[in-house]
Amino acid sequence: MDKDFKVEITSDVKKVTKRIAFIKDRDAARVKKVDEDMVMTFPNLVIREIIAFQVMVIVLVLISLFVDAPLEWIANPEHTPNPAKAPWYFLGLQELLHYFPPVVGGVLLPSLAVIALIVIPYFKINLKKDGLWKELPRQTLTGFLIFVGTVSLVLLLFRVYAMLVPTIIVSTFMLIPYFSKRNNIFIEWLGSRPLSWWIMTWFVIIAVVLTTIGTLFRGPEWSWTWPWQRIY
Amino acid sequence: MKKIFDRLVRSQVWRSIFRHGLPESNRTRAEAIFFNFFFHLHPTKVRKRSIKFTYTWGLGGISFGLFIVLVITGALLMLYYRPSVPQAYGDMKDLQFVVSSGQFLRNMHRWAAHAMVAIVFLHMLRVFYTGSYRPPKEFNWVIGVILFVTTILLSYTGYLLPWDQLSFWGISVGTNMIRAMPFGIGEMISFLLLGGNIVGENALVRFYVLHCFIIPVAAILLMAIHFWRIRKDGGV
Ligand code: HEM
Repeated sequence: MDKDFKVEITSDVKKVTKRIAFIKDRDAARVKKVDEDMVMTFPNLVIREIIAFQVMVIVLVLISLFVDAPLEWIANPEHTPNPAKAPWYFLGLQELLHYFPPVVGGVLLPSLAVIALIVIPYFKINLKKDGLWKELPRQTLTGFLIFVGTVSLVLLLFRVYAMLVPTIIVSTFMLIPYFSKRNNIFIEWLGSRPLSWWIMTWFVIIAVVLTTIGTLFRGPEWSWTWPWQRIY
Repeated sequence: MKKIFDRLVRSQVWRSIFRHGLPESNRTRAEAIFFNFFFHLHPTKVRKRSIKFTYTWGLGGISFGLFIVLVITGALLMLYYRPSVPQAYGDMKDLQFVVSSGQFLRNMHRWAAHAMVAIVFLHMLRVFYTGSYRPPKEFNWVIGVILFVTTILLSYTGYLLPWDQLSFWGISVGTNMIRAMPFGIGEMISFLLLGGNIVGENALVRFYVLHCFIIPVAAILLMAIHFWRIRKDGGV
C-alpha cells in the first residue's frame, strides 16, 4: 500500500453511531493516545501496591536487623566534635557554607533552589519539549555562553571546584549536538533534551556531588579527608 | 470449603462491612474500590501505561508506605521516650538494652526516616523527568515541593530527640545556619525554634512536639490533598 492513510470501520455504538474514519499513518500515535488502554484498579493496581509495600518492609526489616542506629555519648555542649556535622541531607548545604559567606551559602542559595523548584511548572521554558538548539540556535548559543561563563567565573573566584567541574562537564555535553558534524543515536538524544532537562540535571548532579563530599570527604576543620583516613 | 466461603460472603454481617461480593466480575471489582474507604481515592479503572512499574518506579507509593511505617514505629517509640534532659538519653539506652526488640524498633524508625528523604527526592525526579508537572498538574507539583520540605523537617526534628552528641551538634550546626538570615530574622526564628539561645531542654520539648504532632499532622493533610489532586487532575 502506498497510500498514506488506512480505512477503518468502527462498530462501537457507544463511541459513534456510524462513521468511517480515515486514519493517516503519521497521526496514528495521536489517535492511540486518546483511546488509552484502561484496566481495572482491582486487582491490577492494588496488587502492585501491596507487593511494593511488602518488598519495602522486607528490605527495611533486613537492614534494621543487621545495622544498628547510631547512638553516641550523651549530649555535651562543652565538647564540640571536630567536625560537627548536620544530618547527611544538609551536608550539601554545609559544604556550600565552606565556600560562600553564610548569607549566601546558608540562606540565599537554598532559598533560591526551593523557589526555583516551586515555580517550575509556571514557566513556559519548562513546558517546552523541543531540544535546546531547535529554535534560534545562534541566539541560544550567545545566551548560553554568557550565562555559563558568568557562573563559571564566580565559581572560579570562590574556588568552588566541586561545582565548577560538574558545570563544565554538563555544558560540554550541551554543546556537543551544536558543534558535532557526525550524528549518532547518543548525539541525537543529547540534541533532543530541552533546556529545563539540562538545568535540572545540572542541579541534581551538583546536589549529589556536594552531599557526597560533605558526607564522606570532610574531616577535622572541614579539611579534605579520604573516607578510609577517618579515625572515628 | 467453597460453600462455607460463599455463605460467609453472602451473610448479612459480611455484607454490612463490604457491601459487595467477591471481586470476580468487573462490577464487583469496581465496587471493591469505590465502596472501600481506603481505596476510594483510586479510580475504578486506571491507565495501563501509568501502572507500569518503570513509569513511576512506585516511588510515590513507597514514600507513603515509609510514612506509614514511621507512624507505627514512632507511636511505639513514644511509649518509651520522655523529652527531657537527661531522661531522653537514658530512654535511648533502655531501648537498646532493656526493652525487648527496642533496638530493632529504633532501627526501623531511623532507617525508614533516612530512606523517606531519599525516596521522596527520587519521586520528585521521576515526576520531573516524565514531565508530569505540566498543566493541569502544576499545583500538585507545588504541594509536592512543600511535602519534600516537610519530610526533611520531620527527619530533622527527630534527629535531636536521642539527645546524644550527634543530635546536639547536628541541630546546633543547623540552627546556626538559620541564624545567618539577615535583618535579625534568623535570630528570631532560631530563638522561637529553640525556646532560647542554645540547644537545651526547651529546644528538646519544642522539637518533640513538632516531630510527634505538628509536622506529622501537616504532612498527613498535605498528602491527602496531594492524592486527591492526582484524581482531580486526571490521574497519573
Ligand atoms: C511525602 C511525600 C510524597 C508522597 C507520599 C507522594 C505520593 C505520591 C503518589 C502515591 C503519587 C502517585 C504516582 C506515583 O506513585 O508516582 C504521586 C504523584 C505525584 N507527585 Fe507525589 N508524593 C510526595 C512528594 C512529592 C514531591 C516532592 C513532588 C514534586 C516536587 C510530588 C509531585 C507529584 C506529582 C506532580 C504527581 C503526579 C504525577 C503524575 O501524574 O504522573 N510529590 N505522589
